[in-house]
Amino acid sequence: MIRHLISAADLSRDDALLILDTAEELAQVADRPIRKLPTLRGRTVVNLFYEDSTRTRISFEAAAKRLSADVINFSAKGSSVAKGESLKDTALTLEAMGADAVVVRHSASGAPHRLTRWVRGSVVNAGDGTHEHPTQALLDAFTMRRRLGRLDGLRVTIVGDVLHSRVARSNVLLLDTLGAEVTLVAPPTLLPLAVSSWPCEVGYDLDAELPKSDVVMMLRVQAERMNAAYFPTVREYSRRYGLDGNRMALLPDHAIVMHPGPMNRGVEIAAEVADSDRSTIVEQVANGVSIRMAVLYLLLGGSESETERAEAAR
Amino acid sequence: MTDASGESPRAWLIKDAQPLGGPATDLLVRDGVITQAGRGLSAPDAQQLDAAGLIALPGLVDMHTHLREPGREDAETVLTGTAAAALGGFTAVHAMANTDPVADTAGVAEQIWRLGRRAGYCDVRPVGAVTAGLNGSRLAELGAMADSAARVRIFSDDGRCVSDAVLMRRALEYVKAFDGVIAQHAQEPRLTDGAQVNEGEISGRLGLAGWPAVAEEAIIARDCLLAAHVDSALHVCHVSTAGSVEIIRWAKSKGWRVTAEVTPHHLLLTDELACSYDPVYKVNPPLRTAEDVAALRAALADGTIDCVATDHAPHPLEEKESEWQVAAFGMTGLETALRVVHEAMVSTGLLDWAGVADRMSARPALIGRLDGVGAPLHGRALAVGSPANVVLYDPSARDVVDPAQHASRSRNSPFAGMELPGRVQATFLRGNATVLDGKLAR
Repeated sequence: MIRHLISAADLSRDDALLILDTAEELAQVADRPIRKLPTLRGRTVVNLFYEDSTRTRISFEAAAKRLSADVINFSAKGSSVAKGESLKDTALTLEAMGADAVVVRHSASGAPHRLTRWVRGSVVNAGDGTHEHPTQALLDAFTMRRRLGRLDGLRVTIVGDVLHSRVARSNVLLLDTLGAEVTLVAPPTLLPLAVSSWPCEVGYDLDAELPKSDVVMMLRVQAERMNAAYFPTVREYSRRYGLDGNRMALLPDHAIVMHPGPMNRGVEIAAEVADSDRSTIVEQVANGVSIRMAVLYLLLGGSESETERAEAAR
Repeated sequence: MTDASGESPRAWLIKDAQPLGGPATDLLVRDGVITQAGRGLSAPDAQQLDAAGLIALPGLVDMHTHLREPGREDAETVLTGTAAAALGGFTAVHAMANTDPVADTAGVAEQIWRLGRRAGYCDVRPVGAVTAGLNGSRLAELGAMADSAARVRIFSDDGRCVSDAVLMRRALEYVKAFDGVIAQHAQEPRLTDGAQVNEGEISGRLGLAGWPAVAEEAIIARDCLLAAHVDSALHVCHVSTAGSVEIIRWAKSKGWRVTAEVTPHHLLLTDELACSYDPVYKVNPPLRTAEDVAALRAALADGTIDCVATDHAPHPLEEKESEWQVAAFGMTGLETALRVVHEAMVSTGLLDWAGVADRMSARPALIGRLDGVGAPLHGRALAVGSPANVVLYDPSARDVVDPAQHASRSRNSPFAGMELPGRVQATFLRGNATVLDGKLAR
């Protein structure tokens, strides 16, 4: 198993499947009366969040706690970071405190990658800028497999602001590794210039893609993008790329609708779609905890903790 | 002629050097001038230097150096920067205007010029700002800087682009009165808002905002047309794309007064290096693709790009040891420039040593008006009567670049850890040894 999880591209097919299978086993813990395993007792997991993201932070926190790890939440707001402490100094501080894993969310692409230079523990990317969000892709793949029974050959359409989406990047890479066929649909302004080099198809016409999709994943689109002329108005975006009830009817009967959250109801996804039976949005949240348990378990499971090492040395 | 420190230069007899890599010969240097050249020279009063196996080149001239003084002495000073220059084989550098205060008045330009005279490691030619405070809104007092003791001839808002077309036109027109040159940092600001790396496959993969080639090319095209329209001299800083090369080639074919430079790093490195997210590879304009590198090398070889300029941009460690987005743009380059050109241009057979002398000494001296009239004379062939600005370079040496060994105050070399050919063995500025045995001579 790899030591850090920075990019979905870090995962081989075997690694990715191992995480999904492990998450499947760990998901059963959630159904027990006592939802806790002793696996990571004595280990310290630091949630280092430079961006507000309550949902991702509590998901990692719940995952670590269910594995009995000690969890330290380090929010950049109101801490020394807000006073201008560098990422390096923060990393060295965490290192001195003996963090076995650092879960990092940062507005700068590549920040988790930089952290790996300064900490000995495992670094888990919980979303970096417009780069990647690999555990989101893993939980999405997990959700697809649970709902549809397979990933190989699955046709997944990802719709929206691909250019600024870390979720889209990680999903394209992971789904390709797992044998799914991805199509990106977006206004050309919201696709990276060299998207043709990505392992996926690209289209501009959502209605043409929906009838052949097993999964449609809607990405959050920020209204501010309009100010930089990525699209003329929110209404026009919604008309061309939003998923409403009429569009949902174009999907095959078995197809599911996904969204990484938080949603803009009425912009990229209509309320009736978000709340429909096809929607997996709430499941995705629950699956997120299982996936993050699996990631922490597998990244940390192979190595001894500081305390165990100290005890062994005695 | 005496140097700034007031010492009388000694006489030097350089034995068995190979000017421009040609047959070995001796050079006798007396009172700052090459007084004899030929085999078997003897001069008992002269200090003798065995230069067997060393290539002799005219002292290198850098069109584009950030010395950071005044204002950012934590990154570099005129003293440390010119020491780095001498160690790289340079005898003259053009100090960019983006200091604090900005070199936008005769006073600041003269201060930098005087600091250069005092340092004595090489001649420092201040570049004046085009616009007051580099703000891009009104012209700086270009005439006052031109008339000052610093005799400024090159004007640039480097780091920022003079993006206003009217202001650029006026600047080009205005400097005609004193044979000035506008050196443009070509970057359309709206197309590069927040830009971090070359826009392409790598930027998309890394999720870093793209710096599109068109943002450089559009400005270069506009500026070439403006220079033609007002018949003035445009110098294009740090050309980085294949498309820019095509535009400059076209402008030159029209006979327009357009010159251009390329940095050593754009001749050797590509945007793949950004995959490390290590900001030591963050530079403006950004590292481009292998196709761009090939086009830049070909353009330097055929003369479309006139010269190599380092864009030496020192930064303290903390400005580079951070997240990519917040890190400073820029790389050091003075101490590695000749070695990188050796690797990228000579080892590949694209330039011979005469070509290197042309692109790193003669042509930048010409563009910088280092003509011996209003400014010291540089870029001349190693012939009797020329000022003894000489580099002795060992082409057979080879080692791994270690920025900790550099004289620059900063360590942000993208070549750190790379094995490069060559070693600057000695540098002479008007007959004074600034570097001997690869080390500062004083």
